Amino acid sequence: MLYREAGQYKTSYAADMAVFPILQDRIGIAAILFVAFVVIPLAGNDFLINAVMIPFLIFALATIGLNLLTGYTGLLSLGTGAFMGVGAYACFKLTTSFPQVNVIVWILASGLFSAAVGVLFGLPSLRIKGFYLAVATLAAQFFLEWCFIRIPWLTNYSVSGSIEVPLRTLAGIPVTGPTATPVTRYLFVLAIVVVMTWIASNLVHGRIGRMWMAVRDMDIAAELIGIRLLRTKLLAFAVSSFYCGVAGAMMVFLWYGGAEADVFAIDQSFLVLFMVIIGGLGTLIGSFFGAALIYILPIALRAIPEAFGLPLRPATAEQLTFVIVGVMIIVFLVVEPNGLARLWQIGKQKLRVWPFPY
Amino acid sequence: MDLLYKVFVDPFVQMGAAPDLLVQTLWDGLVGGVLYALIALGFVLIFKASGVFNFAQGIMVVFAALTLVGLHEHGVPAFVALGLTVVVMFVLAYGVERLMLRPLVNQPDTILFMATFGLTYFLIGFGQLVFGGNPKVMITKDLLLPSGAVEFKGLGGFVSLQKIDIAAVIIASVMVAVLAVFFQRTRIGRALRAVADSHQAALSVGISLEQIWVIVWFAAGVVALATGIMWGARSEVSFSLQIIALKALPVLILGGLTSIPGAIVGGLIIGIGEKLGEFYWGPLLGGGIESWLAYVIALGFLVFRPQGLFGERIIERI
Repeated sequence: MLYREAGQYKTSYAADMAVFPILQDRIGIAAILFVAFVVIPLAGNDFLINAVMIPFLIFALATIGLNLLTGYTGLLSLGTGAFMGVGAYACFKLTTSFPQVNVIVWILASGLFSAAVGVLFGLPSLRIKGFYLAVATLAAQFFLEWCFIRIPWLTNYSVSGSIEVPLRTLAGIPVTGPTATPVTRYLFVLAIVVVMTWIASNLVHGRIGRMWMAVRDMDIAAELIGIRLLRTKLLAFAVSSFYCGVAGAMMVFLWYGGAEADVFAIDQSFLVLFMVIIGGLGTLIGSFFGAALIYILPIALRAIPEAFGLPLRPATAEQLTFVIVGVMIIVFLVVEPNGLARLWQIGKQKLRVWPFPY
Repeated sequence: MDLLYKVFVDPFVQMGAAPDLLVQTLWDGLVGGVLYALIALGFVLIFKASGVFNFAQGIMVVFAALTLVGLHEHGVPAFVALGLTVVVMFVLAYGVERLMLRPLVNQPDTILFMATFGLTYFLIGFGQLVFGGNPKVMITKDLLLPSGAVEFKGLGGFVSLQKIDIAAVIIASVMVAVLAVFFQRTRIGRALRAVADSHQAALSVGISLEQIWVIVWFAAGVVALATGIMWGARSEVSFSLQIIALKALPVLILGGLTSIPGAIVGGLIIGIGEKLGEFYWGPLLGGGIESWLAYVIALGFLVFRPQGLFGERIIERI
C-alpha cells in the first residue's frame, strides 16, 4: 500500500538514474540513518553498541571492499584478512610515529598502504584467473601473516608481539584507547562506513564500476572494446584493499583496542568471503545483509538456549553453532544462490504490487 | 655481495658438505609431498567429475581419521572400525550428493565452492560434537602399521627413515596405481572420464550423473581416510590438520586442477621445495618460511603457466 511509486514522475535523466529513484526508499534510508546516528547512541546499551553494531559495521565495510573485487570485478580473493592486517599495522606505525596527527586521518591513510600491497599481489591477476587466482592470493595471506609475526619493527618491538592501541583524542574527547567510550567509537565507525559506502556507491554506478563489471562478465571482450585490463584490475585491487585496510585499522583501533597477528588469519578472509556470497555478489546492500547475518547469527544462536533456560556447555554451544551455520549456508545457497540482496529485491517487488500477486 | 653469497652460494656449500643432511631433508620433503599429493588427489577426483572445488577435502581427512579412532575407542576392533569408517564415508558421499549437489546443479562454480564451505563448517561442528575436540592418537599398532625408524649409515653420517613414512609412501603409490587402473580400465572409470570431459555428452549417452557423483565423493572419502591415517600416524588426529590441508591448494594449482599425475608431481615439488627452502634458506629470513613458501612457489610457476604444469590449456573465445 505505502510502497508504491505511482505518480512519481522523473523529469530529468539524472533523476531517473538516481541511486534511490523512489521516494519511499529515500525516506527509508533517512530513517535508517536517523536510527543509526541518533537513536542507537542514545538508547542502545554497551553490549548492543560494542558487541553488535561496531563489529557489524566494520565487517560490512570489509565486505564492501571484497565485494568490489569479487562481486564487481570477478576476481576471487582469499587474502582479505591479510589486507585488513596491513591496514591495522600501518595505522599503528603511523600513529605511534606521528602522534600529533589525528588518528582518524591515519586510519584513512593506512588504507593507502593496504592498497599498495593489494596492487602488488594483484599483479598476477592479469594472467591467472578463477580458483588459480584464489590460491595465488593465499600466497599474500600467508606471506603477510608471516611478516606480522616475524618483523618486530611492525609492533615497535613489543615483547608480546601484539599491538596496543594508544590513547588518541579529538578536541579533547578520547577516540581510541582504553578510555574511549563505546558511543564515541561507534559514531566514528558509523561516519566512516557511511561516507565510504556512499563513495563506493558512486564508484560502482559510474564509469569505473561499468569497467569493472565489463571485466567481470568477460575480460577478453572488455579488452576488445577498449578497456585496459591492467589498469582496471589493479584499480579494483587497490580500491578493494583500501576498504579492507580501513576496516582492519578500525577493527583494531575502534573495536578490539589491541591485536595479535592471528586476528588477521585465514579464517577472517573466509568469514568476509562468506558475507559477500551470502549477501549477494555485486551488491552493496547485500554486503550489509551478509555481514549482519554471518556476524549476528552466531551471537543470536548463543543467546537462544540461555533465553529458554537450557543448560548448554559453552563448548557444545560452540560446536552446535558450527553445525547450524554450516547447514544454514548450504540451505541459503540452495534456496537463493544470488544472496540476500536478491531476496530483498523480490520482497520489494512483491510489496510494490501488493495486495495483487502481479 | 655478502648477501648474494649467502643466498646463492652458501646453501649449496652446506648441501655439499653434509650430504646425509641433504638426503634426510629430501626424504622429509618427499614424504610431506606424498601426503600433500594424497589430499590434492581427493580434490582432483571431485573437480574432474563435478567441477566442484571441494574445500571440505581437508576436513574430510580429519573427519575420516576421527571416525576411525573414535570407533576404536568405543571398543570396536581396528579393522572392523576401518570398514565402518568406509561405510560412514559412503553415507557422507550419498548425503552430499542428495542434499547439496543435486539442488545446486547448474549453479556457478563460486556457489558450489561456497557450499563446500558450508559442508566444512558442518563437519567441524559435527565431528567435535560426536568425538570431542581433543587431539587423538592414531591407532597405528592396531592397524598393523610399523613404527620405529631405520637408519642408513654412509654419506659421511646417517640418514634415519621412519618406518611409518616408508609405509605411507608405499600405500600412497599403491593407491595412485589402483586409482589409475580404475580410471583407465573399468566401466565406471570410463564413465567418470566421460563426465569429466562433458556433462551433457555423458548424460546423452545414458551415464547417470548422480551415480557418478556419489562414486567420486566416495572415492575422495576413501582417499581422505588413507590420508587421515597417514597424517594421524605421523603427528596426531586433530582439527589443526585441516590447516595443513590448505597446503594441498598450491599443490593442486601447480599440477593443474584436472590432472592426477599433476597432483602427484605438484605434491612432490611443493613438499621437497618447501623442506629445502626452510632448511637452507629459511634461517636467512628468520625461519618459519614454510608457512608461505609453498604458495610462492606455486605463484611463480603460475605466472609462466597459468593453467598449471599438467592442466589443460585454457582456450578462451568471445
